[in-house]
Amino acid sequence: MKAIDYLAPKTIAEAVAILADKGDPARILAGGTDIIVQLREGRRELDVLVDIKAVPEANELSFDSRRGLRLGAAVPCYRIYEDGRIAKVYPGLIDAVALVGGIQIQSRASVGGNLCNASPAADTIPPLIAYGAVCVIAGPNGTREVPVEHFCSGPGKTVLGKGEFLLSLQVLPPRPRTGAHYLRFIPRNEMDIAVVGVGAALTLDESRNRCTGARIALAAVAPTPLLVAEAGDALIDGALTDELVDRAAKLAQAAAKPISDMRGDADYRRHLVGVLTKRVLHKAIGRAKEN
Amino acid sequence: MTKTSEYRVIGTRPIRHDGVDKVTGRAVYGADVQLAGLLHGRVLRSPHAHARIRGINIKRALALPGVEAVVTGADMPDAGDRVAELGEGAIVLRHLSHNTLAKDKVLYKGHAVAAVAAANPHVAEEALGMIEVDYEPLPPVMDVQAAMRAGAPLLHDDLITESLGKTSGKPSNIAKHFQFKLGDAEKAFALAEVVIEHEFHTATVHQGYIEPHSATAMYNPDGNVTIWTSTQGAFTARQQVAELLALPISKIKVVPTEIGGGFGGKIRVYLEPVAVLLSRKSGRPVKVLMNRADVFEATGPTPGSFIRVKMAADKSGRLTAAQAYLAYEAGAYPGSPVGAGAMCVFACYDIPHVAVDGYDVVVNKPATSAYRAPGATNAAFAVETVVDELCEKLKIDPLDFRAKNGAREGTRRADGPVYPRIGMIETVEAARQHPHYHAPLGGAHRGRGVASGFWFNIGLKSSATASVNADGTVNLVEGSTDIGGTRTSIAMQLAETLGIAAEDVHPVVGDTEMVGYSDVTGGSRVTFATGWAAYEAAQDIKRQMIDRAAQIWSAKPEDVTYNAGLLQCQTDPKKKLTFKELAAQLHATGGTIVGRASVDPPGVGGAFATHVVDVEVDPDTGKVTILRYTAIQDVGKAVHPSYVEGQMQGGAVQGIGWALNEEYVYNDKGVMTNASFLDYRMPTCLDLPMIDTVIVEVANPGHPYGVRGVGEVPIVPPPGAIANAIYHAAGVRLRQLPMSPPRVAKAILAAAK
Amino acid sequence: MSKVHIQAKINGKDTELLCEPRQSLLEVLRDELRLTGSKEGCNNGNCGACNVLLDGRLVNSCLVLGVEVKGHSVTTIEGIAGPEGLHPIQQKFLEQAALQCGICTPGFIVAAKALLDRKPKATEQEIRHWLAGNLCRCTGYDKIVRAVLEAAR
Repeated sequence: MKAIDYLAPKTIAEAVAILADKGDPARILAGGTDIIVQLREGRRELDVLVDIKAVPEANELSFDSRRGLRLGAAVPCYRIYEDGRIAKVYPGLIDAVALVGGIQIQSRASVGGNLCNASPAADTIPPLIAYGAVCVIAGPNGTREVPVEHFCSGPGKTVLGKGEFLLSLQVLPPRPRTGAHYLRFIPRNEMDIAVVGVGAALTLDESRNRCTGARIALAAVAPTPLLVAEAGDALIDGALTDELVDRAAKLAQAAAKPISDMRGDADYRRHLVGVLTKRVLHKAIGRAKEN
Repeated sequence: MTKTSEYRVIGTRPIRHDGVDKVTGRAVYGADVQLAGLLHGRVLRSPHAHARIRGINIKRALALPGVEAVVTGADMPDAGDRVAELGEGAIVLRHLSHNTLAKDKVLYKGHAVAAVAAANPHVAEEALGMIEVDYEPLPPVMDVQAAMRAGAPLLHDDLITESLGKTSGKPSNIAKHFQFKLGDAEKAFALAEVVIEHEFHTATVHQGYIEPHSATAMYNPDGNVTIWTSTQGAFTARQQVAELLALPISKIKVVPTEIGGGFGGKIRVYLEPVAVLLSRKSGRPVKVLMNRADVFEATGPTPGSFIRVKMAADKSGRLTAAQAYLAYEAGAYPGSPVGAGAMCVFACYDIPHVAVDGYDVVVNKPATSAYRAPGATNAAFAVETVVDELCEKLKIDPLDFRAKNGAREGTRRADGPVYPRIGMIETVEAARQHPHYHAPLGGAHRGRGVASGFWFNIGLKSSATASVNADGTVNLVEGSTDIGGTRTSIAMQLAETLGIAAEDVHPVVGDTEMVGYSDVTGGSRVTFATGWAAYEAAQDIKRQMIDRAAQIWSAKPEDVTYNAGLLQCQTDPKKKLTFKELAAQLHATGGTIVGRASVDPPGVGGAFATHVVDVEVDPDTGKVTILRYTAIQDVGKAVHPSYVEGQMQGGAVQGIGWALNEEYVYNDKGVMTNASFLDYRMPTCLDLPMIDTVIVEVANPGHPYGVRGVGEVPIVPPPGAIANAIYHAAGVRLRQLPMSPPRVAKAILAAAK
Repeated sequence: MSKVHIQAKINGKDTELLCEPRQSLLEVLRDELRLTGSKEGCNNGNCGACNVLLDGRLVNSCLVLGVEVKGHSVTTIEGIAGPEGLHPIQQKFLEQAALQCGICTPGFIVAAKALLDRKPKATEQEIRHWLAGNLCRCTGYDKIVRAVLEAAR
């Protein structure tokens, strides 16, 4: 690895000052499970790593029934799924954080880092999109908010500007009768990058036969994680039947723009979008009916 | 020779002698070696799959503070035309030399070009980035069939095809073509009642040992060299380094450290000569390591291949003819295991008419090395699926078919040998009677497959010395590096012979100065051959113990018996001593007793296996889940059953990975895109059930304890068995490895149309 | 590049060391502290051979920087056995022959300890799920899982 400096600011202001001063050669370090590999392989060139694990707001993990979930950007996955209350309220997010990379990775890797790494195949982003999460960004001009589906701008690229870093994520409490699920396809049972991932959250009306709102997001089939609004909208069209689910799945397939790479070819990925969307929706519906 | 009666030590399960060191992290593996003044070495590798080297400029790298030495191919002596005999076959020395550090051309992405020794590994890596290599890229050829075609880019302008003993006179990528023939296959096919013929493709796969290669060398000012390395053969490593660097063998000592897996991939040297050159230039010890990407790109995976198999049977289900065309990718230099593949391809069956054509072909990939039964798995994948199709057509149960047609004592293989007593049929019978074979599948999209496999195993040479301690324990020094627990199975054979406990033997794997020449740990030979050396050393000790007891009792040696560790005077039966008691008297009666042996045992027993697997196929994604796996194998005699089971389980799981997900993925520039454990997908424990094993013991008449090699054959049946199971689960026959989810899904979708 | 002074608890002992920020915890353990029980298998978090416990949590030490453990507590394979003898997991590995070449064994033992500390009676499925990040190429995992099951009894 090229020689780097390591700084561990204790406040947001300190972190912002370092980033604004150094610019591109500085980058945030949270769990390190992506960035250390990139530095080692020469895929990223940095002068400074800015460790935000000592910044309190980046490590906050809290839930209240009014404001919902506040998830600090440096909070490692295991803290999320070991929190019984949060796990109960956001099962779709737990689906994802419990399968990122294996137990060892989950001890360190953070959802914030997963988002900032901006891989199109990131597992935690589709459920965040499905839940309507919002990114809280800290920077020289204070904080600003960006819906999570707009945070990634391309493979490995985000909307963060100079001096800015992702501070936390906010997710409102799900409405009653909401169910969510994330599913990915990988060739083994763990340890692989998603070939295709689908996250969905939907809310049912009192009859539990109609959907009043749904969000479906895809991973690994576009330059960024993809919210497919039309697929979610298709579900509120009428009685929630298998045909409606199939239609939503087809719309998701049509929106997918997969490439062929060593993890899968485009045709196979498109095919999987249909298969997984149906499976995810059926599971989300089942969870919604239980709520 | 001891007949198969009740043993006292053999067949038990003592704790392995090196176990505590390994579970506490104290065992010293190659990369763990620590020396005062150690420098760290790293290797610069070609980014191109095929290129000429026009020049290398190392000035900037040498000037970097902390860099102590830089070497390139120019520092390797000219190998000329020499051929070196390296234990598992002859090798053109120039090829080995150029593979170690390239001279005029690079032949695969990752080909070593230069190396640096520096104060720490990070500085060494930075220095690599400062070495300027002027490449002239050339078009690569990445596939065996493409390489065989006229007009393909040529890797070597001096590689002339040797075909059936004649040379073609023209440069080619085809190094060799040979044939095995038995009877008249052409005629037999013409008369056949049922014929099945198919083509198969397999991808390059890697042994996947978790420990990357390493080598530490100290070149002393007096010209003596010490090398510490994780190797499957200290003596072969010594010889290779001696040949490559034109140093006398007597000046080189190789100390084999503990080794973190080999499977055939740690027999050829890669880093050892480089470490020696760096040490000589810098005057300090140098440790050179590979990273995981280097291991994938620049060591010795096993060939991808193109195979055509044709088999014929009569209506009663008797095999009448078989033909195989095997074209194996040797990688950058000739020497794929296509010969072994050709020996094994039909080896499980008794077939009167056979024709096998084998082709050794170079391509712009790393030069292949042995991988556990090298060459056999590719061939078995093809044969076992053709056999399954024959069974379906003939409406014969696959195990009944194998019982009817299986090789047995007296069967002649197409490459010549006639089998002595072997256990193929016994493994089939054990499978037929196993509950797995009769259990309900229990769900939709599930299927069961069977396959058999063979590996010939080797003997070769081993040495051992054993000295008796005053407390009745025995120090045993042998020269077989231990990759799977063999030091214990060797100690157990010594213990059995002497009638003492396994715990009373202290086995040590010696370096090249401590023990007599011993061939590699490979070929499933160690428990057989080094065990035999231990047996002979024990017999030597017994003779001397008898002599000593006779001396103590003033009796004649012929009147002293030695049974189960007890020496007794027949002419005065009150006079008896246990091994321990006599050991305590050795010092006072002439000194300690040392037994020795050097063996090259001829009676190698081949190994057969039959595996049964249940799979479930997700018809929408093509994902295959292994539900249940049973590995049945004839082991001759299981010296330590736990470690025999371990070989069967480990080999089976490597075969499962080979079958389902493992492959080298190349882009159109001949660069491997998945050179990491993330995307080179080996099975994790979450991908597998327990692997049940059945040990069949048909004693090898050629070994005192009936031992057959066990390590390799378990990797041979899995791809065929899984392909057959997938067919019975999903109705599609796959003829390409790996049978990854996209391929299975594609086949299912195509079949549905 | 100046080195950073780190104080941390390593295997229960207060330890001081110097390291560069670019050195991983794995490098620091092996090269600075001579604790070579943790192994490099892949250096990118995909094999588990480097596993240690960081404040009791199972991590890949190749993906932690040495400088990050300042003020924290690290347990390596060298800290698993006590002066009284082997940990039950280590003993079961020996009895069940759950190792062949042994290179992955330290990682598995640390990982298994992390599991059984949380779930003393883990089932086969829980064990396989927890150990999915530890690769073994020799054993096929069967005897490893059995050893952990035995330790869980």
